[in-house]
Amino acid sequence: MDLSFSPEEEAFRQEVRAWIAQNMPPHLKAKAEQAAHFEMPEVMEWHELLYAKGWVAPHWPKEFGGPGFSATQRFILGEELELAGTPPLSPFGLVMVAPLIMRFGSDAQRQRFLPKILSGEEVWCQGYSEPNAGSDLASLRTMAVDAGDHFVVTGQKTWTTYAQYADWIFCLVRTSTEGKKQQGISFLLIDMKTPGVEVKPMQTLGDTPAFCDTFFDNAKVPKENLLGPLNGGWNLAKALLGHERTLVAAVGQTRRNLRLAKRLAAHHLGANGKPLLEDPHFRSKLARLEMRLRAHQMTNYRALAEQQKGHHPGPESSILKLVGSMLVQEADELCMELMGQSSLAWHDDEAVEPFERWVPPTFCYDRATTIYAGSNEIQKNIIAKLILGMPGA
Amino acid sequence: MNFDLSDDQKMLAKTVADFGKKESTVERFRKLRDADGLGFEKATWKKMGELGWLAIPFPEEVGGLGGSFVDAGIVLEQLGKTLVPEPYLSSVVLGGHALWLGGSPAQHEKLLAPMMEGDTILALAFAERNVRFDPRCCATTARREGDAWVISGQKAFVLDGHAADHLVVAAMSDQGMQLFVVDAAACERKTVRLMDGHRAAHVTLRDVSVGEDRRLTARPAVEVLERVLDFGAAGAVAEGLGVAFAMLWTTVEYLKTREQFDVKIGTFQALQHRTVDMFVEVELLKSIHTESVVRASEEGPERTRAISAAKLQLAQGGQLVSRQAIQLHGGVGVTDEHDIGLWFKRMHTLVTICGDESAHVARYAATMDAS
Ligand SMILES: Cc1cc2nc3c(=O)[nH]c(=O)nc-3n(C[C@H](O)[C@H](O)[C@H](O)COP(=O)(O)OP(=O)(O)OC[C@H]3O[C@@H](n4cnc5c(N)ncnc54)[C@H](O)[C@@H]3O)c2cc1C
Repeated sequence: MDLSFSPEEEAFRQEVRAWIAQNMPPHLKAKAEQAAHFEMPEVMEWHELLYAKGWVAPHWPKEFGGPGFSATQRFILGEELELAGTPPLSPFGLVMVAPLIMRFGSDAQRQRFLPKILSGEEVWCQGYSEPNAGSDLASLRTMAVDAGDHFVVTGQKTWTTYAQYADWIFCLVRTSTEGKKQQGISFLLIDMKTPGVEVKPMQTLGDTPAFCDTFFDNAKVPKENLLGPLNGGWNLAKALLGHERTLVAAVGQTRRNLRLAKRLAAHHLGANGKPLLEDPHFRSKLARLEMRLRAHQMTNYRALAEQQKGHHPGPESSILKLVGSMLVQEADELCMELMGQSSLAWHDDEAVEPFERWVPPTFCYDRATTIYAGSNEIQKNIIAKLILGMPGA
Repeated sequence: MNFDLSDDQKMLAKTVADFGKKESTVERFRKLRDADGLGFEKATWKKMGELGWLAIPFPEEVGGLGGSFVDAGIVLEQLGKTLVPEPYLSSVVLGGHALWLGGSPAQHEKLLAPMMEGDTILALAFAERNVRFDPRCCATTARREGDAWVISGQKAFVLDGHAADHLVVAAMSDQGMQLFVVDAAACERKTVRLMDGHRAAHVTLRDVSVGEDRRLTARPAVEVLERVLDFGAAGAVAEGLGVAFAMLWTTVEYLKTREQFDVKIGTFQALQHRTVDMFVEVELLKSIHTESVVRASEEGPERTRAISAAKLQLAQGGQLVSRQAIQLHGGVGVTDEHDIGLWFKRMHTLVTICGDESAHVARYAATMDAS
């Protein structure tokens, strides 16, 4: 057993750190410094810089333009980016649909889509959930009717994150109503500019327009945009879920949150006039969170070591999602408590310090972390069934 | 022991509840939140004055209705259910109780009576920037100049201070802490939008001069503040009980209607147990809330203990309810369109003001009996 990183890995960490320090534009650094929310144009600006460096898709194989990193290198890069507070890249193209296109797509589809995902020229969003198909995704009803050389798609997707910025959407659609629900689902790639596709942004609890209703009204989608076999979409969806869950382990995000909490604790004074960071009560609260995070981080490393050996993420990835999302929320809650009355301010630059402004909206929005990417209840069902082998589960 | 409300109190609860259902629904709150105005309506405030709600907890000799703080708690609990935005907690409980406890008969008549009528709004300006819930940490100063007092300093997050006519301001003089009733117009005020849709003010006092007749001298200022903040904490718990109640039953209703996997999601035992956890916390909150409003008018350690215990229950139990209510709604719970989020945000305010969890646990621990 050896829990340390190798000298080469440590050297790589230093290289990444130095590169970020030199190449992250000052206005993005300023926002990171204030723990601010990045707008989509800023995310894409950063995407282009990483693309130019060859680091935008660390998990992609070399043949598709990836850097050929080991699992550990990928992890180190991800961790350093998160710690530096760089804009989180949109995952829908790079992390979600691209691996499916590599695995299930035709050569023509690979050539058509992958380069533009890599360069950031085309932005993607995910069209799975519907008003009546959330946890029970297989009961989705958006219909794709065969019309010769194309499908005609009609229905509604919901909670589509950043659909208003997307050029393409990958959708689960119903192509058959026969047999089991799961058997009649196909995986379609749809151009957002298709006539009949309409996007309506909605405000979240954080007062940001982060998700949308996406409507399809007789939208014509060419058949070459079917990914994988007709009525075989469910298998693609399942392959994607494992990736999505490792994404939300959120170790870097929680560590950054913890750092923010310490900064807040140094800034706010307790009843004795001393910073809360020196108050044993708040210090032990911070310590507890850091200690729990350590256990989570080690769990993440264990999963990583498995991947290094070539194993695909299995049901254990549910643990990472479960714990990661809860720790994100605990860190937000602690930040709010440390801010005291200042935590009541809402999107107000003057009432609080600039670095505090995004704490309350983030606290609100992050209630979503235990809901999206498979709610925590669903994760527990998965663990009960697939790991513990519970009867009837 | 008797936990029952009197017939009059039941009537009061019903009247306020009906007002919430018919005249001040969550929809009304949402509209006022999103509009540019005060966040509430002065006409509705006046109406509450006419109904007597603003005078309820004050004794008859100061022009009140001679009720008790239990009655104020009844009003607040019902107002919480539909998020009625008028400044009951800030003006009646905080500003009003400061004036009542600290003021002279002349001050009661001139400054408290119009508020009870719904003609004016009072706010309490004690908090300062980056200082936690200790009113004794006060950098605002008051110095004597002839017959007048000159006050300088800054107050932060004065709840409903943006709409107040008078502010009860805490300031440090060479004789210790003092409370003054200052005309809001004499101060610089900047409106701060709060997470829960209410507003507050950041107030700057630049050599604001007030007469001796505006100093509250009936009791030592620190004592007044401590008692008022206890009333505020008990009031926040009362309103929070209404908020928690509304979230619990909205969620239970949702679980009975929302279907996934071809069944109502309320059939999943994991979710049933979660709603049971919420229900149990609301029951605990109701019990300790009752003790805290009863004891709010008492002197001595049992008052502070009961109120701190209630505030802890709001922080733990109330927030368990508000967090799980969102969770059990799934995606729709994270939209601004759904009411759940509005209650969730109000709960955070109520948990935070007048001493948060840590402050109340520390206070309780400091006075806890050794055996
Ligand atoms: C901020 C945000 C962004 C999102 N982005 C996207 C996106 O880009 N694309 C997309 O397709 N979707 C997206 N989603 C949707 C998300 O995947 C769904 O919200 C999620 O799957 C839950 O579905 P639902 O909202 O319909 O809740 P429901 O499935 O109705 O669940 C309601 C409650 O019941 C519980 N529950 C349901 N079934 C069970 C069960 N069998 N056992 C125990 N408990 C159960 C759930 O855990 C939840 O607490 C997003 C959601 C959010 C909040």
